[in-house]
Amino acid sequence: MKQFAELIRTLDSTNKTTLKVEALAHYFKTASDKDKVWTIAILSHRRPPRPVNTRLMREWASAFSKIPLWLFEESYHIVGDLAETIALVIPPSEESSEKSLNQFLQEIIELKARSEEEKKEYLYESWFSLNYYERFVFTKLITGSFRIGVSQKLMTRALSKATEIDEDILAYKLMGNWDPATTTFTDLVLEEKPEDYLSKPYPFYLAYAIEDEPQSLGDVKEWAAEHKWDGIRSQVIIRNGELFVWSRGEELVTDKYPEFEKFINLIPDGTVIDGEILPFPKNEIGTFKDLQTRIGRKNITKKLLEKTPVILKAYDLLEWKGEDIRENAYQNRREILEQLFTEVASEEIPLHLSSTISFQTWDEVAKERERSREVKSEGLMLKRWDSPYLVGRKKGDWWKWKVDPLTIDAVLTYAMRGHGRRSNLFTDYTFGLWDDEKEELVTFAKAYSGLTDAEFRKVDAWIKKNTLERFGPVRSVTPHHVFEIAFEGIAESTRHKSGVATRFPRILRWRKDKKIEEANTLEDLKALIPK
Amino acid sequence: MKTPLLVFNQKGIYCEAADVYLDPWKPVKKAIISHGHADHSRWGHQQYITHHTNVPIIKHRLDDISVTGKAWNETFTINGVKFSLHPAGHIVGSSQIRVEHKGEVWVFTGDYKTEDDGLAVPYEVVKCHTFITECTFGLPAFKWLPQQQVFNDINNWWQQNQDDGRTSILFGYSLGKAQRLLKHLDTSIGKIYTHGAVENMTEVVREIADLPPTEKITRDTKKEDIKGNIVIAPPSTHGSPWIKKMVPYVTASASGWMTFRGARRRRAIDKGFVLSDHCDWQGLLTSIKATGPEKVICTHGYTDIFSRFLAEQGYDARTEQTQYEEENAEQTSKEKD
Repeated sequence: MKQFAELIRTLDSTNKTTLKVEALAHYFKTASDKDKVWTIAILSHRRPPRPVNTRLMREWASAFSKIPLWLFEESYHIVGDLAETIALVIPPSEESSEKSLNQFLQEIIELKARSEEEKKEYLYESWFSLNYYERFVFTKLITGSFRIGVSQKLMTRALSKATEIDEDILAYKLMGNWDPATTTFTDLVLEEKPEDYLSKPYPFYLAYAIEDEPQSLGDVKEWAAEHKWDGIRSQVIIRNGELFVWSRGEELVTDKYPEFEKFINLIPDGTVIDGEILPFPKNEIGTFKDLQTRIGRKNITKKLLEKTPVILKAYDLLEWKGEDIRENAYQNRREILEQLFTEVASEEIPLHLSSTISFQTWDEVAKERERSREVKSEGLMLKRWDSPYLVGRKKGDWWKWKVDPLTIDAVLTYAMRGHGRRSNLFTDYTFGLWDDEKEELVTFAKAYSGLTDAEFRKVDAWIKKNTLERFGPVRSVTPHHVFEIAFEGIAESTRHKSGVATRFPRILRWRKDKKIEEANTLEDLKALIPK
Repeated sequence: MKTPLLVFNQKGIYCEAADVYLDPWKPVKKAIISHGHADHSRWGHQQYITHHTNVPIIKHRLDDISVTGKAWNETFTINGVKFSLHPAGHIVGSSQIRVEHKGEVWVFTGDYKTEDDGLAVPYEVVKCHTFITECTFGLPAFKWLPQQQVFNDINNWWQQNQDDGRTSILFGYSLGKAQRLLKHLDTSIGKIYTHGAVENMTEVVREIADLPPTEKITRDTKKEDIKGNIVIAPPSTHGSPWIKKMVPYVTASASGWMTFRGARRRRAIDKGFVLSDHCDWQGLLTSIKATGPEKVICTHGYTDIFSRFLAEQGYDARTEQTQYEEENAEQTSKEKD
């Protein structure tokens, strides 16, 4: 644990990517194999299930620190991270534990089945046997995701530096389902074993938003355009008579989409399709809200399958006849995909093709983009016909060109402190729109992003001076500031007080030129719902 | 009901019986000033009264003002109200202001810290009936380490950066924090360079305190001379073109706010040292207990939380609005904790 805590302390002591990579690479060269596997797991968000719920942790931490629970909670709201709050608030210890990271994690795994009293005792002993950084890291392992300014990509780069294995190959090896408790470093990283790759997806190729006008991409004939569908980007894998469905978050979601089992006997073994899972109620593409009824469910009932079936809208083909064809030109991959589609397509099979469209001029492309909302897409994807399928987010060959978002002017009504690098700053806002009589502001959305750091600081200072009431971490503020809120989609909702749900709301700009009377009404918002 | 000895009005903390303000934020006739930071010693008062070691500091900042210097514990009477200044330990020349009238004693702390920093005259407990205290760091998350430990870390960091061929840039407010930092830097490692604002203020403080030699960075300073040494600069220079001369460099901030990992990451600073010129949680509680007040008034910082806790501990505690720096870690131009 000493070494891991020291690694985190070093990563915390620099803001420079090269130094972070150096520190990680050094760790991967010197740590024990078991600890290395756990470190990879933790930095790729594979932590053991939480053994103690956070309510109990907060209660115990406040008891051990001999401060009232409300004071612990207030401190937590301000610090913005539970593990950090606990490490700061409980009395300091100069001890340092000799236990390895692996040993701590084994204990954390075993802790889940223990009694509440045993858990409490374990936490007490651990907290008081660790120094600040060890304590912070230990608590973080228990409470939640380990976001410490090290992306999975950065970790992979460091691992590549330490092992001299190609970065893309490592990214591939680290994907998918593996259990850090039983996997060895040799198995996971060093050894090449083809049979392990049965369920393994390829790293997704992701696109950046186009920066200029598409004309800047050059000759339109070198480019294909297709609609960017609003569902779950996925890879569907058929190998050895088995089906695997992966979401972009590297989650294996095969069980959630039983419709796709029909692919097994139709699509030949050794096929990997990149596509979008879309809701398809009443034989047409639904909204993202429809899909949400499927995402969260553990039990996929027959009723749900009938009400909200899904389809796979296929974009690309990554593996064909057991061969990785990502290096082939996009055009070639599409040809094979389209041929496959023609052979298997029928009304019964939930496989659709996302059609690519060739254009003669960029103006025609722009016109097609205008149709996006009508066809229920988010905009267009532009792909170079001769491009390979790359790893991760890369510039150059693929671009997304989304439709401009819908926007509305709303009034800031509530604020909450943020987390992580926004701790102690009011950055999480709630916005309201006027009711019909323009008498009352009705909450319609929350947004956390879109302002610059400088703007956030200004709004934060204003909120602290203009608080009306406090409800735990939330403050209501004097209605005064108008913000233009952008969002991707809109649908009716019975779950929201406003009767409307918006998709991905964020702040577009601070409308200092507008008075609150000039903000929009709920009726204006409802007028944006597609009929 | 009789008027309280001190009231909080639009202009500042007012003593009606003496017609005097303590650290007012609007221009007044007569002001008693706790210390030289901009939010406590503002421009535009007709007459300033402060500790004599603070006189050169506020004259440097506010230029041509009418100011009277007083010694520690020297009682001066205005309209029958007795005033005296007592060390607050916050920065050089900082005092608590004691006010006594008809047997009733109030103490206003200004800003203060309980640890002896080796530069400011150390904080002194002043018994009173009503204690007006700041609580900038009035949360149990704030716990300072002994400063020797922090300075060992700072000096090790400097040495490490030098070994790596990098210049160390340490951010600290030009009055107070900057001098405290350079007082405790290990000059056997290398030279101390300063930003102009820090150098000018340090010159003033040299009249009162013994400080190691420093060299101001000017247009003529050679890039290669700075390399591997340490530079003390105000936080506002972070990310400014001025700093480019120091490449390759590593940045650090020394402040109580560095307790929060988020605060450091947000500023894109490499390293944070937790070093404050204010009381930590325990420091506040200890000094309140020692002062033995019947009433506590919390002025700036986490006032609501801190006064609620005090009330639960049996104190008659409340908060008052002031215009001193509030619960705000974000005012980068004046990070002077």
